[in-house]
Amino acid sequence: MPLKSPDELEQLRTKILEERKAQGEKKGIVLCTGTGCRGAGASEVFDAFKKALGKKSAIEFKSTCCHGFCERGPITIVEPLGIFYQGVTPADVPQIIAETVTKGQVIEKLLYRDPATGQTIPTEKAIPFYTKQNRLVFGNNRHLDPTRIEDYMAMGGYKALVKALFHMSPEEVIEEIKRSGLRGRGGGGFPAGRKWESCRKAHGDIKYVICNCDEGDPGAYMDRSLMEGNPHSVLEGMLIGAYAIGSSEGYVYVRNEYPLAVKNVGIAIEQATKMGLLGKDILGSGFDFSLVINKGGGAFVAGESSALMASIEGYVAEPRAKHIHMTESGLWERPTNLNNVETWANVPVIIEKGADWYASIGTQGSKGTKIFSLVGKINNTGLIEVPMGMTLREIVYDIGGGIPGGKRFKAVQTGGPSGGCIPESLLDLPVDFDELTKAGSMMGSGGMIVMDESTCMVDVAKYFMHFLKDESCGKCTSCRDGTLRMYEVLDAITKGKGKEGDIEFLEEIGWMTAEASLCALGGSAANPVLSTIRYFRDEYEAHISAKRCPAGVCTELITFTIDPKACIACGKCRKGCPTEAITGEKKVPHKIVQAKCIKCGTCREVCPSDAVKVA
Amino acid sequence: MTGAQLENILKKHDYQKSSLLAILQDVQALDNYLPRKTLEAMSQRLQVPLTQIYYLATFYRAFSLTPRGDHLVTVCTGTACHVKGAATILNTLERELAVQPGETTSDKKYTLETVNCLGSCALAPLVVLDGHYHGRMVGTKVLSLLKGDKKDASKKS
Repeated sequence: MPLKSPDELEQLRTKILEERKAQGEKKGIVLCTGTGCRGAGASEVFDAFKKALGKKSAIEFKSTCCHGFCERGPITIVEPLGIFYQGVTPADVPQIIAETVTKGQVIEKLLYRDPATGQTIPTEKAIPFYTKQNRLVFGNNRHLDPTRIEDYMAMGGYKALVKALFHMSPEEVIEEIKRSGLRGRGGGGFPAGRKWESCRKAHGDIKYVICNCDEGDPGAYMDRSLMEGNPHSVLEGMLIGAYAIGSSEGYVYVRNEYPLAVKNVGIAIEQATKMGLLGKDILGSGFDFSLVINKGGGAFVAGESSALMASIEGYVAEPRAKHIHMTESGLWERPTNLNNVETWANVPVIIEKGADWYASIGTQGSKGTKIFSLVGKINNTGLIEVPMGMTLREIVYDIGGGIPGGKRFKAVQTGGPSGGCIPESLLDLPVDFDELTKAGSMMGSGGMIVMDESTCMVDVAKYFMHFLKDESCGKCTSCRDGTLRMYEVLDAITKGKGKEGDIEFLEEIGWMTAEASLCALGGSAANPVLSTIRYFRDEYEAHISAKRCPAGVCTELITFTIDPKACIACGKCRKGCPTEAITGEKKVPHKIVQAKCIKCGTCREVCPSDAVKVA
Repeated sequence: MTGAQLENILKKHDYQKSSLLAILQDVQALDNYLPRKTLEAMSQRLQVPLTQIYYLATFYRAFSLTPRGDHLVTVCTGTACHVKGAATILNTLERELAVQPGETTSDKKYTLETVNCLGSCALAPLVVLDGHYHGRMVGTKVLSLLKGDKKDASKKS
């Protein structure tokens, strides 16, 4: 039955909470089945728990989405003690139930071990990866079964909507968002409140709001994890936004590669509609709002706002000039307000706790927290949420646990294909929108790819140009051909065919691509190249002049050899070599015949004594 | 795809031209690729020029105009996978299967594809074989994976 007033919503919430209270501190198991943990085998663990528990209702079994610490998945938490188990397999399930759930005994081998101290840490709260974070938006994932609206209600869900609808005028909502200093989390960092205001003021009866979940930056997956793990927070944000702007129709545009996000937001929309939180006359306020899901077709450029709207209209996702803003004339030429998932999810928090409180977190120009995906050559891969202004050093070393294998940090790439690489000398940079831009990179959607000494920066630049030349929609010559030319030059450099003047040529094309392209993606396409030239020019020069790849990555510039002193003549490399380029016999150190070697790296991979050297 | 199946899909989307992308997705989901005959029929039924349908079908990565093999091998080439050696994995597969990304082996057994990021960066580098994720790949492991080596426990996604 749809809820007809805020009182009915509160009564329902009280009922849910009382039911839960009556059950007391229930023994429970929380399993993360987000996409990261699923990749690590969480589905099998889920089945094992279901089978082992049967219909025993004494133990509550909850399957949630991403908790963030993907490196250690599948993650299981045993309540009410909050015992944190990592890398759980189906074989561990009976022991977890018999010992930890039933008797409260901790299973040592499943605990997280702090690499710094060697000590095991039994609870999630005490793990350094979590202690330094401030998980305003992302923290609830851990408590929610995203397919149960009751879980969201129990945590105070839709309270902010009631506050906005019944205690604030649309103008007051906009003013609150403006004062909070919330800036768009999708890349551009445009102040959300100002965008809403211009959409509200735009002429027209029909207005749209859109949630952009076309997260195309490789290495960034926070939007997906929010959409999968806490879809109602996004819906609540959109409802508040739509009320403020004066819109009654919205779209959620989800990337094609995110089937679980499509599923979970679909379930959330259905439940919210059933409860009367979406549809006509929401909670008796007279405000109508409905939502439609659109699935993307797998194009990076579709994440650009005007391209995304073209895609919803059924056309190819090509951006258009924005002399007239989307807030004036967007989807079907009506005023349209587009924000990304994380931005929407911040809205209920701001409305509930107030702009002043929100603005007290962060830096002068960037308020609140930001979710980053900390990936690459880092010990603690995962999603983290930290206050704006935390330094890169704290993020990489305190939360990320530093670089694996005792290797040396080289750079962190932020902002995806539109961003750049930040070197070691800037590790104390406070991370916010403006500081990252000053350093020649950008916030983007929050991807942070950590690179160590074995990452070649010219290869990284080439990687991004390969990506961008494929993903450029082709509308502007400057972007279509500029990214292609940059790729060709970088490809030649990595193959030892670089020549004097290539760096200057790249800088010139890069500048031109940025200046002459229509959309922001073309405008920032040269960043990966320009920022690596700015901070790692010596690596470019080594490739061009000395025909050498200092990181040992570019295959045309490196040779594989076997150190006869280290070789134990086991024959593994000889057997593994796909081109039979390795000679040797038992007890005789092996050798690589360079003419036959294709530098696939198999020998290095299989060598038990680390005798294969790359130079 | 039969005419009736196409008709069902078109009906589901109310014969709306603005739903072309969603219609193509449904066709692809059913047939695993977009057969030319189906696109021609779609053009007739919706009164949309075939060129416009091809414009969409060739623009978005999700679509394939050629039939795919029995098994789909996808190599994630997101940034995290790249810095952890996805290129080596991809080279190994290209060599072993003798195809380039986007192509299908001549025996129609395997189709090799790349994807820009699957958001499972903790498992980098990542290979997906028929929807099963195989993380922390190395060249030798991917070869035994292709050979169906049971030692590599498959993880269902």
